Amino acid sequence: MLEIKGLEVCHGWVQALRGLSLQVSEGETLAVLGSNGAGKSTLLGALAGLYKIKKGDILLDGRSLSGKSPHYMVKEGISLVPERREIFNSLTVMDNLLLGAYHRYRSKKNEVIIDVENILNLFPALRGRENHPAGTLSGGLQQMLAIGRGLMARPKLLLLDEPSVGLAPLVVREIMSTLAELKKTGVTIILVEQNTAAALKVADRALVMERGSIVLSGCSREMMGDTRVQQAYLGRTRVVRPAAAL
Amino acid sequence: MDLSSQLLQLLFSGLTLGSIYSLIALALVTTFNITGVLNLAQGEFVALGALLAASLYTAGLPLAAAFLVSVALIAALGALVERAAIYPARESSALTLIIITVGLSISLRGLALLLWGTDPVSLPAFSSGGPLLVGGASVNLQTLWILGMAAVTMAVLNIFFELTYTGKAVRACVINRTAALLVGINPGAMSLMAFAGSGAIGAAAGIFITPVTLATYDMGFMLGVKGFVAAAIGGMHNIRGAVLGGFILGILEVYSAGLVSSGLKDAVALVVLLAMLMLRPEGLLAASGRKV
Ligand SMILES: Nc1ncnc2c1ncn2[C@@H]1O[C@H](COP(=O)(O)OP(=O)(O)OP(=O)(O)O)[C@@H](O)[C@H]1O
Ligand SMILES: [Mg+2]
Repeated sequence: MLEIKGLEVCHGWVQALRGLSLQVSEGETLAVLGSNGAGKSTLLGALAGLYKIKKGDILLDGRSLSGKSPHYMVKEGISLVPERREIFNSLTVMDNLLLGAYHRYRSKKNEVIIDVENILNLFPALRGRENHPAGTLSGGLQQMLAIGRGLMARPKLLLLDEPSVGLAPLVVREIMSTLAELKKTGVTIILVEQNTAAALKVADRALVMERGSIVLSGCSREMMGDTRVQQAYLGRTRVVRPAAAL
Repeated sequence: MDLSSQLLQLLFSGLTLGSIYSLIALALVTTFNITGVLNLAQGEFVALGALLAASLYTAGLPLAAAFLVSVALIAALGALVERAAIYPARESSALTLIIITVGLSISLRGLALLLWGTDPVSLPAFSSGGPLLVGGASVNLQTLWILGMAAVTMAVLNIFFELTYTGKAVRACVINRTAALLVGINPGAMSLMAFAGSGAIGAAAGIFITPVTLATYDMGFMLGVKGFVAAAIGGMHNIRGAVLGGFILGILEVYSAGLVSSGLKDAVALVVLLAMLMLRPEGLLAASGRKV
């Protein structure tokens, strides 16, 4: 359903993606691994319309989406749950969720209300906190809210940027099992993770990025057995980034 | 007049002046956070609104009609300016955009000079009658009109921001622009709304103060600067902070002018700005978690 062809994106002088190509099929969950600065967030941001595309193309169900703005991407069914969550701190949990459905709130209000209920069922921990300012929630709940807000757009393609970063193992497990549940609904997911083990568990397929290109890819089981992946991301040598200590 | 009634008198003046600064600051902050543009032409909306209303009134329109027509036209001017000058340059750097608004400010002031000349124009007070005596202070009726207008405007805006979906979408842009983009809010539509709203608020403020201060083609510059200082006191990211900053600045100005020397009035704003930038660049209310 998604095809990326020779994608190049620059941040100023830094070329963050160097001719990256990949395909994702309907209902698939793809894990994107790689060290800091590999370009993982840039890839997701480009898919969400945040960055100008220098070269290459993004095709969703055969239609070109290159150069479109974020609100267009959301309408087309691509929803990004960004790095650091980026929730609306001083708005309530409920308002955050309702704003997630911005492009259809006015036309399909009833549907949106039902969707909020579904999100609260998916993340029962958010229930009872609907009227709390989102900024007062714990990190785990904020992450759940961010995912919930992303789902409120009813995406065909859900992009998740490091949802487990800075969270306690128990919370990570909860979020990952929710993702596994989400998979069953048929939504296509691209999951960027530093927590390689957790990501490989939910993903069907995984790829490793380095300096803006894909250096390795395969199905999750192969990747888990791959010595290079083990050394770099699963073993004792794994570098803990400062953000993980927050 | 004894000291306490003099202090009370000054407090009224300070609140009145402050309410005008608050409205300008509020428009600046909202626009800044939605569009990334620090609109240095905001003061020009105030001046043009006042001048236009005065002309309409002189042409025979009733005062209320002159007010409404002027506010609507300046709102349209705000929208026009956004589409013509800001929107095409929306991908440019913050510096470029600021320079554009400086250019706009100069052009609009030039236009006002061309149309209205250098002589001040005036509007009658909104209601006749002598000043009211409150606790030994005499309060001009127009002062009450200004305070009332500011209170109503802020109350309406508060309802808009707190209770309506569109208002919350605007706040979402103010709180986190990236996230607002990601939920699908169209920044172009918001930007247009911000400039039109800024025009309307600026014009309303200008018209209400004209019976007291008169209106001149160049009145907007200083008001824009004061609005910016008020916004800086509040922290640029915070709508409530901007309102608070406006009142603080108004009261400080009036007390230092009234109790020390009237020459201090405009200097106070710059001293406060420097002090804020050095001591608390994130603004007074920033510690309370970017409440908007
Ligand atoms: N806004 C930006 N301005 C300039 N350079 C940027 C910007 N964002 C990213 N970069 C650079 O682009 C490269 C790719 O960054 P990106 O954030 O995509 O990496 P990442 O794989 O997500 O890393 P991390 O694991 O740290 O999140 C890095 O070299 C980074 O320094
Ligand atoms: Mg990243």
